[in-house]
Amino acid sequence: MNYSENHYDTKDLKSDEDLLETFTPASEVEGPKDIGEFEEEEIERLKQTGIDLTGLDRVGTFIQTNSSVQKCDCESQGVELLPITEAFKKYNGLKDYWWKLISPEKDSFTREADQELDNGYFIRALPGEKVIYPLQTCLYMRNENVAQRVHNIVIAEEGSELHVITGCSTHPHLRSGLHIGISEFYVKKGAKLTFTMVHNWGENVYVRPRTGIRVEEDGVFLSNYISLKGVKSVQTFPTATLAGPNAMARFNSVIVAPEGSDIDTGAKVILKAPGSRSEIISRTISFGGRVVARGHLVGLAANIKAHLECQGLILAEHGVIHAIPELEAHVADVDMSHEAAVGRIAQEEIEYLMARGLDEEEATSTIVRGFLDVRINGLSPELNKELQEVVEECHKGM
Amino acid sequence: MLLIEDLWVEVQGKEILKGINLRIEPGETHCLFGKNGSGKTTLLVTLMGFSGYKVKHGRILFKGEDITHLPINERAKLGLGLSFQRPPTLRGVKLKNLLALYSKESDAGSELALAYNFEDFLGRQVNLGFSGGEIKKSELLQLLAQSPDLSLLDEPESGVDIENLDVICQMIRKLLQKELRKHRQKSGLIITHTGLILNYVNADRGHVMLNGQIYCHGNPRDIFERIKNYGYEECARCRLFEQGFKI
Repeated sequence: MNYSENHYDTKDLKSDEDLLETFTPASEVEGPKDIGEFEEEEIERLKQTGIDLTGLDRVGTFIQTNSSVQKCDCESQGVELLPITEAFKKYNGLKDYWWKLISPEKDSFTREADQELDNGYFIRALPGEKVIYPLQTCLYMRNENVAQRVHNIVIAEEGSELHVITGCSTHPHLRSGLHIGISEFYVKKGAKLTFTMVHNWGENVYVRPRTGIRVEEDGVFLSNYISLKGVKSVQTFPTATLAGPNAMARFNSVIVAPEGSDIDTGAKVILKAPGSRSEIISRTISFGGRVVARGHLVGLAANIKAHLECQGLILAEHGVIHAIPELEAHVADVDMSHEAAVGRIAQEEIEYLMARGLDEEEATSTIVRGFLDVRINGLSPELNKELQEVVEECHKGM
Repeated sequence: MLLIEDLWVEVQGKEILKGINLRIEPGETHCLFGKNGSGKTTLLVTLMGFSGYKVKHGRILFKGEDITHLPINERAKLGLGLSFQRPPTLRGVKLKNLLALYSKESDAGSELALAYNFEDFLGRQVNLGFSGGEIKKSELLQLLAQSPDLSLLDEPESGVDIENLDVICQMIRKLLQKELRKHRQKSGLIITHTGLILNYVNADRGHVMLNGQIYCHGNPRDIFERIKNYGYEECARCRLFEQGFKI
């Protein structure tokens, strides 16, 4: 086994500056004027990314291709949906929200997004509005070698409820690109925001999301992250601050890394207020790619409860899963725990099911299906089918 | 139903079972007594066919068929079932999904759960955070859905509180067709430490296992009484007396 100093061969991963120079700014490449211009295979691709262009069972739709916005409609009076550039003008620079959870000086990518913004979305659930259907947003790269730089702001006002499904994807025949996405989420008192993000990139795409979340008293933030397809490199580490008493944040992720993919992901939650709770759960499968599953829980107040769970299956040679669970308590009266396990499916589990009459294949499917079931509601049938295909794929890796 | 002939079993190179002979007829319930580490669980999981339990000698016949080297699921299909003492946790797998997979009737799972007051558990992940008693209940519920002809029950009453003991034993009686006086076909082999189960489930025969061998066969209540009064060592001595040896 060739175990290099830096744990993994990164010779073809470029430095931040190299990356930024390699790609053409999205603003220089024209997107389509209308979603009617999308080809059949693109529509199919978006469906697999959780985006339904018919808008059925969706309260609103935002679609941005490269730097231009093709669609920005919302049926509900209770939700405000705007391209971020418009919201920026309308709300006088969004002073209370713009770069408040992430510093523009954080790294090269935040600086780039700060200086060369393409667009992004602004979503605001109005106070007390409980929106039943999800709102969908799509950030789509349609041309080869483009760098897309977006900044999104989502606000769930007091007592509101909203589910946002975001699909990030590239044209089915596109191989290379760079996506920089700044996202700031504000969950106010008693509000509940569910954010489901589906990544469906090309094999040579670099992805650099930078995400901050702030949850106030009794607020709930639920994040679901699904990435089932090959991607060159993802590096993301959303950080949530539970700022008010009894605030809650849960991060679920399902990540599949085919050969050649390098996915460095995870979440950090700072439990600042008494009674706040958090859960970070990741389920990762490597078919030869590398996954870093991070989790960092910081307990700063009494009576908090936080749990971290990283489960990883390696189903092909050369696969790497690196689980890094961290617990950091600053006061005594906390309930913080973690569990991490990586490797094959335990033989014991397979035999347990076989003892009840299932054959080995059925037993494996049952376990993998459970493994990938992280309680995500509102997924499109196409996406569920993709998940099913991953289960099938797992047999080949056994 | 089950015939074990001179069974020798090795686990990780260590000899655990040393020449086990046992016969269970259709409709019979047998109890297996023995200290921790005497090989009782090894016998049950060997019968089920788990990897890591290597049969060095002897054979296992089930319904007349030699199953000594049959895969686990084929033994299950023939009608063998096992309730585990410490089953693994299946993350994300819900109990109701398993029950649906095992039972031939689509609704059997929820009916069973309703009958034994276990409905709240249908949506839970299998064995995740279950208490000792809940594990036993979930195991028996799964077996009831599977409905095996020979149930191998590994300490079904351990870790169960008195209130739940009653339910557990109802489930075992159902599994072993104890309501039938004639034509009972279902058989059982039950490992018990405490013997408590004998107060709830009638057993036909008892066996004492010590150091990988079966030392005594007989009426389960008599055997248990003797173990309570004189300890397991007495069973070993007693058997030697039977054979004409003096200590």
